[in-house]
Amino acid sequence: MQKLISWIDQRLPVVDAWNKHLSQYYAPKNFNVWYFFGSLAMLVLVNQLVTGIWLTMSYNPTAEGAFSSIEYIMRDVQWGWLLRYLHSTGASAFFVVVYLHMFRGLMYGSYQKPRELIWLFGMLIYLVLMAEAFMGYLLPWGQMSYWGAQVIVNLFGAIPVIGDDLSLWIRGDYLVSGITLNRFFALHVIALPIVLLGLVVLHILALHEVGSNNPDGIDIKKNKDENGVPKDGIPFHPYYTVHDLLGVGVFLFVFCVVIFFFPEMGGLFLEKANFEPANNLKTPAHIAPVWYFTPFYAMLRAVKVDLFGLDAKFWGVVVMGLAIAILFVLPWLDRSPVRSMRYKGWISKIALAIFVISFIVLGYLGIQPPSPGRTAVAQIMTVLYFLYFILMPFYTRMEKTKPVPERVTG
Amino acid sequence: MSLIRRVFAVGLMAILSAGVLAEEGGAALDTMAADHTNKESLQRGATLFTNYCMACHSLEYARYKRVADDLGIPSDIYKENLIFTGAEIGELMKNSMNPEQAANWFGNAPPDLTLESRLRGDDWIYSYLRGFYKDESRPMGINNVVFPNVGMPHVLLQLQGLCAVEPAIGHRESVDPLSGNIKNQDVCTKWASKGSMTAAEYDSAIYDLTNFLSYMGDPIKVERERLGMFVLIFIAIFFIFAYLLNREYWKDVH
Repeated sequence: MQKLISWIDQRLPVVDAWNKHLSQYYAPKNFNVWYFFGSLAMLVLVNQLVTGIWLTMSYNPTAEGAFSSIEYIMRDVQWGWLLRYLHSTGASAFFVVVYLHMFRGLMYGSYQKPRELIWLFGMLIYLVLMAEAFMGYLLPWGQMSYWGAQVIVNLFGAIPVIGDDLSLWIRGDYLVSGITLNRFFALHVIALPIVLLGLVVLHILALHEVGSNNPDGIDIKKNKDENGVPKDGIPFHPYYTVHDLLGVGVFLFVFCVVIFFFPEMGGLFLEKANFEPANNLKTPAHIAPVWYFTPFYAMLRAVKVDLFGLDAKFWGVVVMGLAIAILFVLPWLDRSPVRSMRYKGWISKIALAIFVISFIVLGYLGIQPPSPGRTAVAQIMTVLYFLYFILMPFYTRMEKTKPVPERVTG
Repeated sequence: MSLIRRVFAVGLMAILSAGVLAEEGGAALDTMAADHTNKESLQRGATLFTNYCMACHSLEYARYKRVADDLGIPSDIYKENLIFTGAEIGELMKNSMNPEQAANWFGNAPPDLTLESRLRGDDWIYSYLRGFYKDESRPMGINNVVFPNVGMPHVLLQLQGLCAVEPAIGHRESVDPLSGNIKNQDVCTKWASKGSMTAAEYDSAIYDLTNFLSYMGDPIKVERERLGMFVLIFIAIFFIFAYLLNREYWKDVH
């Protein structure tokens, strides 16, 4: 065995890679529960890839056959129902862990210098993930698949001058059709997963270059022992690999409760209208995207004013795009001398709380059919969402921060 | 199994009650608690469906053989008594109705019902089939409180009879909150014509039919939940070992 490893190592730096990324990658020893979600995202990614490959074996990517091939998978394919529920629940689980992972970053300032690139790669992953989820949702070819895609693709039509041609180009047809289904299938199973995997590699390489942040936001590399090992660091393997197993256990328990007992999650993970085949002559009474898109959908609907001769719908799209775009520049908005929320002032804490509340309320409103009252609330929440970012350079600079300890506090 | 389901169901309902489920809107419904383990009920439901519904409504994503096996009906008996189209037992449960002609007759082609219970819910089906009443203004002379101006005739009229007034569907006080059973079956207070069944018999028959459609929408449910228990137990045991392993590694880290 040792000979085999050295044979390989002379030709490929496997030992070096193992050391650099696992056994001699020193992670801060004070990780808390919020640090499970990165590795859980990896777990869900693998789940999506593996179940996706097997689903592809029985799925029929045509407008005529897609819907019935899903039912074929659910009823006739051995363990097909399990593969399908693993994949559909996995999509929602992916967003759950990614949102919690991003919240961890916001809380402990993990995007701050020198981790800006990690944050940017992470945001790109989030963006690609949204595209991946959106295109995947068309594939069952149910009513909500169809009309959800119709609504979202039509958003591009709101862009002045090029809009109509752009949405025509995306659909490949004058309405969502089998042609759209085929291209979404290709993008969903080949193009986007490749991009996603590449970005995940970059995300982790960038992380391992500068080292992990921690709940105290301290740079553990400032305090090293005589061997050059950070005093507050601990080898990722075996310490965090065994530690992450705990998170995996808890996660899988909840995940399997959903899969085996509530696969539709009351209509949140699998929408009821999607049990009816796509019908381009029959618009559902209420079209709502899946829950992970609803905060942005609520923002889109909240914009009601025509400006500069352009339709309110266009400005809704702009607001929605900005809501995501503004996350990209977050590392340059935070001017605080400290990273972690533990040592920031009370304004930052309240701002983060308001941001989380606005995001959740928007998510809830996006599921509901619109009403004047709900739209008003959505407008307020959209403003609060943006204020968190726009005011950040000011409140992070002027507020009084607490002194940061030299060593991690556990 | 049922404990876990209930604990999580309560939690889930608390989260969702705010609106996701209620958004369906429309008429209030009577509730029914489907039981996919009650094979006698499912068999009676399958018989009713085959005799009264299937000429118009296919179950085209399901196979006869699967239904026969799941419901504990021997294949030869099933084929002799419950397949009218001459199909083989392994075939999909289609019918011979031409959708274009059907659209001419009824306004809309009768939809496939394989997934109806997941699209509209068990309660909806249970209420709808008990919601017909006499309405001379409609082409078929009937209407439905759950599905106003429905194009479907009251196929079970000879069983239920025809209610002369709008049946009181969804009057929640008639539902026993503990068992979920309907205590008061007299949803119809005045009859235009009587059927061959009493109100209680008809409700029971519709329960069976709805139960069958509920099974049809989610045929793996019983097996899925049975397996789910083992999976959860396995993960719980895995967690204990993961916990001990983690504690062993971390005991010297301060």
